[in-house]
Amino acid sequence: MTITDVIAAPEDPARPLPAPAPAPVPRAGGRGALAALLVLADGRFPAGGHAHSGGAEAAVKAGRITDGASLESFCRGRLHTAGLAAAGLAAAAAAGIDPLALDEAADARTPSPALRTAARRLGRQMMRAARATWPAPALDALAADRPRGAHQPVVLGLAARAAGLGPLDAAYAAAYEAVSGPATAVVRLLSLDPFEATGVLARLAPELDAVAAAAAEAAQRAVREGPEALPAPSAPLLDITAEQHAAWPVRLFAT
Amino acid sequence: MTVPAPAATPGLRAAARIVAAPDGRGGTALPVLDGSGPFALRRLRPDGCEARVALVGAMSAPLGGDLLALTAEVRAGAALRFTTTAATIALPGRTGAPAAYDTLIGVGEGAQLCWLPEPLISARGSDLRTTTRVDLAAGARLVLREEQVLGRAAEPPGRLAARLTVRLAGRPLFDQELCYGPGAPGWDGGAVLGGHRTVGQLLVVDPAFDRHPVAARPLGTTAALAPLAGPAAVVSAVAPDALALRRLLDSALSQLNAATRKSRG
Repeated sequence: MTITDVIAAPEDPARPLPAPAPAPVPRAGGRGALAALLVLADGRFPAGGHAHSGGAEAAVKAGRITDGASLESFCRGRLHTAGLAAAGLAAAAAAGIDPLALDEAADARTPSPALRTAARRLGRQMMRAARATWPAPALDALAADRPRGAHQPVVLGLAARAAGLGPLDAAYAAAYEAVSGPATAVVRLLSLDPFEATGVLARLAPELDAVAAAAAEAAQRAVREGPEALPAPSAPLLDITAEQHAAWPVRLFAT
Repeated sequence: MTVPAPAATPGLRAAARIVAAPDGRGGTALPVLDGSGPFALRRLRPDGCEARVALVGAMSAPLGGDLLALTAEVRAGAALRFTTTAATIALPGRTGAPAAYDTLIGVGEGAQLCWLPEPLISARGSDLRTTTRVDLAAGARLVLREEQVLGRAAEPPGRLAARLTVRLAGRPLFDQELCYGPGAPGWDGGAVLGGHRTVGQLLVVDPAFDRHPVAARPLGTTAALAPLAGPAAVVSAVAPDALALRRLLDSALSQLNAATRKSRG
């Protein structure tokens, strides 16, 4: 069972309510998996995401984020580009597609070398946290194949799978992370009211639903057609400013 | 929103095909040069071993509902330069249906393709989806420029989705889709275009980058040169207008050409 099954269940009277898990240990697809998503998507999950602003630091410096409204349009654009790309890769990894093929697809979707390096570094940190939290042979195998780190969304998807979550859950975690990182960072960068930043995230919630659903659907297509069926949306300014930001001598965030 | 009435006549369907092959005397022949409808292909004077073809817009296209397909094959050892004589303007059709413009390119071993069309202009109310798919054999060389202008002077753009997929020796090298206008949430915000109205990329694939990869560097504040995960580099740029964009990409191309010439010695 995935998060949407749980959400959709009351709306469908013909559908039986989920049966209580027979075993005390949460199993793949069981009810415990919903709580596992909270653990995975928690900003305090020790995978290093807090050190990244997702391009917000460069956008603040360039005057493109100055308040809640410009933060919202930044996050909306990021969600539908980098967020959708990451969500597609994560969903595909959770659906069981070869992670090495997905890692290659992630490289092709990340023209900025600064962002490729950051994605692999974050992937390595996510791998360490995931192996300790949800040990699984698939995580060990990818760690052995990519000792310097695979792209973070691919590791995130594999971690979700190891935690008993489905492709849609992995897509939610990746899409949420794509906007929660910049929103949190801007609170520190601009001294923005934290209530305003959280309001931005809340207003984006329906679009997060749509992006996660689109990513999970694309992952199903990719199971049949290969990783090229995954979305590859691009955000030119995120790529361009990532290279400039990487060259700053002093910065608060890694990206 | 009104539901468009069924089309009295379907949109235009047109295709063009170019094949470039070695002519056996050190140059490049063009055994196939076919185009219909809006596609009129002209053979230009060759430059050394490089054959040159220009696409002349023979009618207004793509309009909504049109389906256009352009295919180019550069066989092993051949060299081709492709240009267009004018910008392509996506315009709304009578039915509200989207238009599609699909380009399929193959470049053989040791072959070389310069694909340098004029910009694509997305006019208000238009709805166009383009795909460009390039399959490069090992050792192929490619220079590909793509420019989009969002709206004619002082008008908002239509809806545009442009995907560029490049594979090298069967493996993915570059895969990016640019989506703008109505239906692409956040496209004008600080993460995507930040108020800029022209966007472009220049992709250079050259085996010389295997030995001497270029270093990433910013090109001013709105463009950057970036090595890809393979023997290739891309220049991404946004600019206030098409002229400024072209200047940025032209200057980056001459730097990249100098770098590849130097590493070939």
